[in-house]
Parts: sequence; structure tokens; C-alpha cells
Amino acid sequence: MKLINRRNALKIGGAAAALPLIGIPAFAQKEKVRAAFVLIGTPDDNGWNYGHDLGRIEMIEALGADRVETTVVTNVAYGPDSERVFRELAQQGYDIIFGASFGYGDAMLKVAKQFPDVKFEWATGYKTASNLSTYNARFHEGRSVLGTISGMMSETGIGAYIGSFPIPEVVMGINAFHLAARKSNPDFITKVVYVDSWFDPAKEADAARALIDQGVDIITQHTDGPAALQVAEERGIIGGFGQGADMSAFAPDAHLTSIIDIWSPYYIKAVKSVLDGNWKEGTSWEGIAGGEVVIGPYNKKIPADVVAAAEAVRLGIIDGSYHPFTGPITDNKGTLRVEEGDIIDDGEFWAVDWYAEGVEA
Amino acid sequence: MNIDLTIAIIITMVGASTPLLLAALGELVVEKSGVLNLGVEGMMLTGAVVGFAVTYTTGNPWLGILAAGFAGACVSMIFAFLTLSLFANQVATGLALTIFGAGFSALFGQAFTGKPIKLFKSIFPDYLTDHPILRVFFDHSPLVYFSLFMVFAVSYFLHKTRAGLVLRAVGENDHSAHSIGYSVIKVRYGAVGFGGMMAGIGGACFPLLLTPQWVEGLTGGRGWIALALVVFSAWKPTRLLAGAYLFGLIATMEVYAKAAGGGFRIIPSELWASLPYLATILVLVLISMRHKMSSSAPACLGKPFIPSN
Repeated sequence: MKLINRRNALKIGGAAAALPLIGIPAFAQKEKVRAAFVLIGTPDDNGWNYGHDLGRIEMIEALGADRVETTVVTNVAYGPDSERVFRELAQQGYDIIFGASFGYGDAMLKVAKQFPDVKFEWATGYKTASNLSTYNARFHEGRSVLGTISGMMSETGIGAYIGSFPIPEVVMGINAFHLAARKSNPDFITKVVYVDSWFDPAKEADAARALIDQGVDIITQHTDGPAALQVAEERGIIGGFGQGADMSAFAPDAHLTSIIDIWSPYYIKAVKSVLDGNWKEGTSWEGIAGGEVVIGPYNKKIPADVVAAAEAVRLGIIDGSYHPFTGPITDNKGTLRVEEGDIIDDGEFWAVDWYAEGVEA
Repeated sequence: MNIDLTIAIIITMVGASTPLLLAALGELVVEKSGVLNLGVEGMMLTGAVVGFAVTYTTGNPWLGILAAGFAGACVSMIFAFLTLSLFANQVATGLALTIFGAGFSALFGQAFTGKPIKLFKSIFPDYLTDHPILRVFFDHSPLVYFSLFMVFAVSYFLHKTRAGLVLRAVGENDHSAHSIGYSVIKVRYGAVGFGGMMAGIGGACFPLLLTPQWVEGLTGGRGWIALALVVFSAWKPTRLLAGAYLFGLIATMEVYAKAAGGGFRIIPSELWASLPYLATILVLVLISMRHKMSSSAPACLGKPFIPSN
């Protein structure tokens, strides 16, 4: 019996030489990260919150259940309620806390100050702190694709946009949709109805009825459920779009395509950086090119030339040849806002408080 | 405004009003018997999820409505037992019932989210529901006709029948009713059960009449508007009908005015959203200013009845 031959000796020696390597990075690394997710609704809304929860699940699959432990707090209202939830999660020792809604900002900024060792991540936020990052997706890029389809397919030339609240990302989604539609139909009109809620399906459905009764034949919405799409199906108009996730199960005929939010790449990156001990404050804003905004399958009833035009916009956004906000852009009060050849860049984006010409809001 | 649009607005308005009308009618009877059940929202959510589940499973909306009414009545019995048999505080128990209904419906409904059903539409022939003018009478869900029938049934019951008189007596003066031999507790159990059934059916209007899906919190706080409506109506079923349609009209006009654009946009959307509540406050002020009407609330409303012997 040979206990040690030359090859074994090399192996043992190699292993011994590698031993110190295992220990050194462990000073900065964490064995296991505890991550908390705060949602404005529930994961079964088939839209916004569903997308975030799917991102969380894929993040666990990617990093391994032995390395990350998560909790989800659902239906957390803005204001004092959310502040209490964020504080409790921080006190319970969660390493990183994601707040997946615009309205959580004030509460997160406040609690982040009191817990400097806890990392906070504010979805669609606009302010950072030393332990608070923001992450967002360029949803308006997807709106350009939907607008292209709407401009070409609408027979009445009137599209609708059911919005939640007039915050910058909603306003810019409306502008991106409308500007793209006007490329193929220069007289296209976009009617905007705000329902003053992220989630009130009965009101969304009534808003859709009101719009269809007044000449709209294509609807898009920036709220969290399929209610408007179901009305589009029931009334037999040209169609609508899924928001946040594919919603074709609710409206097989009316569902033209969807903007799907993919949050897992960001969640994996953020939690991994906590595991590796190199989390840094920052702002993340990926779009179609980064894989965070995905256009779902096209309905078979969309003509081939429309699909081709929509794909051209999508690919143009990826290679940089198409910009959703290219001048000249005049607002709906007649003021020239963007000069010929100019674009609205990322810095100017958040300050836009006007609608493009032809938007009725 | 053209005739087609006017009719479209009326049809949407009637749909939006119907769940309010059904739930508020039930609560009106409950309050007439002297009990204040603040759990309307919870019972509506229970009715909504059970109505959806049964309609989805059996494909029969009639069964869904029956089940929703039954489920609403069942959860209202929790409230009845706590407040009528154990004399628990009605306000606190009602609020607890709302929280229970929200949680129960979310849990029970998990298996049913992301599943579509069909709306429960008019059962009249196409030439009536598609007629440009006559559709204003015929293009409604059977739930709408049921709610209108119930307005007159409840009104008749309260004011024209002996049982209705007993129920009102129990609500106005429970000890007198007790002393002449009526069982206050039994009458109130019956009223609370009826209120639960109506709230359950009102909840079922959400998936069957408004938006054919189930999601957590589907009723969006309309149970509270139903409660306000009862006060608004001064506990009179026919005035409740007018109130429910007025509230429905305000909510409907909000979205139609926003979609129309133009001059309608002068009214900010926050004002639209608060109009039903402002209207309720206004009516309360008017009621208190007129002394003759000030006694319209049942005298024993919200007071527990403990038999003296």
C-alpha cells in the first residue's frame, strides 16, 4: 500500500498551500444574507408586485437558499405604516431591505439614517444616501414599442393611458408612448385618465369603459392589474397591453403584447454584493438593453409590418439608434420643449412635468 | 353630450352603484334592528372571493351569488354571536370582522388569483341589449334587477308587515319590545344574518359585474361607502336607492369627465374622489339642522341589549 506517491504529494501540498486562501476573504464576506422585501400590494396582482416577487425567487435560486434568507411584507401603505415596517425589519437584523415602490422614499431615508449598517434599496427612487441605493428600469423604452404598435393599429386614432399618479416615470411613459404613436399617425391623440391609486381594479375597469365609450380603441395602463385589459376584451376593441407581466390569460384576443419587468438581475447583483462585502451606494437604471425591460410575445393578430416596426424600435433602443425622446418635441400647450436633433437625457428626464402635443391629460 | 354616451354613462353608473346598494340595504336592516355592524367591508370581501371561487369552479354565476350570500351570512354570525350573545362592543367587533374578512379572503383566494371568469351579463335577448335606446333598461346584469327588487322588498317589509314593525320596535326601544314578549336577540340575529347575506352578494358584484377576476382587496374600501350611505339615506330604503345611484354617478362621472378632457379637467381628481364623503357630511348637517328629521336614527343603535330578567 502506497500512502504517498508523487501525485498524491502534489495534491496534498497544493491543498495545504491553498488553505490560507479560504480564510482570508471570509473577513469581508458573509455566510448568509437576510434580505427583506416591502411591497405596496401582494405578489398575486399579476403585475408590478408579482414581478418583484418573481425577481426575489429567481435571486434565491441563483444564489442558493443556504446563502440567502428572505422575507416579504405585503400591502404596506405609504407614510407612517411603511416607516414602522422598515424600522422593524432593520431591528430584526435584516442586512438589506428592498422597498419596491416610489412612495416609500421618505420613510426609507429616515430609517436608513438610524440604521447605518443596514443597506436600503428604493425602487424607482430619486434620492440616495450612504446606505440607500435606488434602482429602476427604463419602462418608457417599452412604452415606445407599445406606442409604435398603437399608432399603426388604432382605427379611431385615439389611444388611452390609464395612469396611477402623475409622477415623473408615469408622465414620461405617457410621452414615450405618444411620441412613438405619432411617428406613424401624426394626428394620434392619447387620452390620459389617472385613477389616483396603484390598485383599485373596479375603478380601472370603469375608467376603461369611460375611455372606450369616448372613442378609444387601444388602451395601455400604468397600474398593477389586468382590469382594463379585461374590459378591452369584453368590448372587442383593437386591444391593450400587459403591464409588468404577460396578461394574455385574461384577454387572449385583446392582449397585443406586454412590458415585462425582470428584476432578478438587479436583485442578484445587490444581494451578492452584500455577500461579498462590497455593496456600494448607487443608482441603477437599466432598460431593454440591460434585460430589465422585456417585450412579451406579440399577439398573432398584429400584422407583420407592425411587428417589424415594433421590433425595429426595440432593436434601435438596444443599439442606441432610437431614442424615445428625440426632438423636435412641442408640449400640449404649444411650447417647443426639445429642439430638433436634441434628446431628453437621463438628467433632464426627472424634471419633465409637461405632456407632448396631442396628449389630453 | 350625445345620447349614446349618456346611455353608456347610465349603464356604467348603474353597475358601479349596485354593490353599494346591496350592501347598504343589508346594513340598513341591521341598523333598523338597533345593531351597528361595521364589518361590511369584510363581509363583502368574503362574498367576493366565495362568489368568484364558486363561479370559477362550477361555471354557474347563479350558484356563485347564492354561495356569496351564504358565506356573507356565515361570517356575520361570528359578529352576531360575539355582540348579541356575549355582549361584546359592536364597534370593535365590527372592525375586527373587517380585518378578518380581508385576511380570510386573501388566504382563501390564493388559489384563484390569475384566473379569469366571464362577467355575469344581461340575460335579455340581443335585440334588446344591443338596441341603442332600449339597452338602458335591458343591458344590465341580473344582479342589478335583483338589487332594485330588494329595495322595494325591504321597504315593504319594514313599513307594511308585522315582522317589519317588530324589527323596528326592537331597534327603537329594545326593553319595551322585550317586555311585551318579543325576543330582541332572535330578531337581531335575523337582521345581522340578512345584512351579511346582502353584503356577501354585494361583494360578489365585484368579480361578476365589474371586473371578472379575484385579487386581494378587490372591493377597494367600498364597504365603508356603503356604511356612509345608510346614514346618508336617513335609514329609508327608497332614499338609499337615490343615494347609491348618486354615489355611483359621482364615481362614474369622475372617470368619464377625465376621459373627455376639456373643461371637465378644471375639477381636480382629489375633489372627485372625496365628493361622496363630502356629500355624506352635507346630508348629516342638513339632517341635524331639521329637528323633525333628527330622530331618524334608530334609538337603540349600537347599544347592547342585556335582558333584565
